[in-house]
Amino acid sequence: MALFLEILSWGLLIIGSMMLIIGGIGMVRLPDVFSRMHGAGIIDTMGACTILLGLTFQAGLSIVTLKLVLIVVFIVFTSPTATHALARAALHGGARPQLDEPVEDDPASQGEASSKT
Amino acid sequence: MASVIRAKARFLPLGGGWSLLHALSLGLVLFCLWLLLSGFFVTLLLSLGVVSVAFVVWIAHRMDVIDHEGHPTHLTIRALLYWPWLIVEIIKANINVAGAIVRRRMSVNPSVIEVKATQETELGQVIYANSITLTPGTVTIDIDKDIIIVHALTLKAAEDLESGDMDRRVTALEAHPPAEELPPPLPPGGQTK
Amino acid sequence: MMFALTAAAVLVTMVLTLYRSIKGPTVYDRILGINAFGTLTVVLISVYGFLSGRPDFLDLALVYALINFINTIAVSKYVEFSHMGRPTGGDELGDM
Repeated sequence: MALFLEILSWGLLIIGSMMLIIGGIGMVRLPDVFSRMHGAGIIDTMGACTILLGLTFQAGLSIVTLKLVLIVVFIVFTSPTATHALARAALHGGARPQLDEPVEDDPASQGEASSKT
Repeated sequence: MASVIRAKARFLPLGGGWSLLHALSLGLVLFCLWLLLSGFFVTLLLSLGVVSVAFVVWIAHRMDVIDHEGHPTHLTIRALLYWPWLIVEIIKANINVAGAIVRRRMSVNPSVIEVKATQETELGQVIYANSITLTPGTVTIDIDKDIIIVHALTLKAAEDLESGDMDRRVTALEAHPPAEELPPPLPPGGQTK
Repeated sequence: MMFALTAAAVLVTMVLTLYRSIKGPTVYDRILGINAFGTLTVVLISVYGFLSGRPDFLDLALVYALINFINTIAVSKYVEFSHMGRPTGGDELGDM
């Protein structure tokens, strides 16, 4: 059982580290600010939460575990709110998402259903 | 029609504002937080905690922020059923977006799509929008009445969202509010997309 | 060992987000980079606690998570409205 928890913890930490680096690469490579938010989303959800859960299995059942779970809950609840506030600020501040095909100038005010390819 | 209901949901004090259940829930959560952060189980500290929690609940009552939105106790059971599904979705979307990023030529197709939120209450819309944002590959950038404007990174993320599965699940999550918080019933066909 | 590996990965990612927040063409890129940097700081504090064998810094991580959230909201609101009070123009700008 202890070995199983150890292996699980290892796996979660390694997956989380990989996802962190992938999200960081995404934040550097992706073309515009709205796309980079997806990279930040990977860092927040899969990266940080997976690493913290891996640490949870490492700590055994104690008050440390509960604090880690509390941090995960905080991140999960606050990350989408912060991202949405930033996206709204960017949209109102004049940043326009870079799209594959040209669409209307202001996507917020148009009634058309879809602009994807 | 949905906008009318939404306007009512905003301006009516749903549930009468103050309810004992929500206050108890807030107090319980705060006391658990106190225990978690202090870690000492001594009579003096516990009684100090009780006094602090009572003070905070009283202030929150005075500020009139204890209501069904701050403490959605009526959602608890169904939310526990919703979260595992959401976690699985997040993992799948993560793998998809990570695969799109690490290609040598990034296979991203950024697009802006509009999805309709069929939830009746603002709380349901908030849960839906936050679920969209929490799933990598899709970010909510604006809400116009009940139309949610979403920036999608890959084609697969956009297709998954447009299939409406998450929308149905969130609508089912907030489907049965308690009797005193029930909004006026929708006309038949008002909920369908 | 694996804590050291994880901490190294966190540090590499911090460098990447810091690059984005220094280079970023718009101010929103910088805010995004700083937000991700704050999340990574939370993770780094937690991992360092386990690395040094004394996981006592988790309270700091907890507080930092909250401060990071408020930081992002406040800066986004400041950049959007140019001040911290009520919006002055138009109804659709309120409620943020």
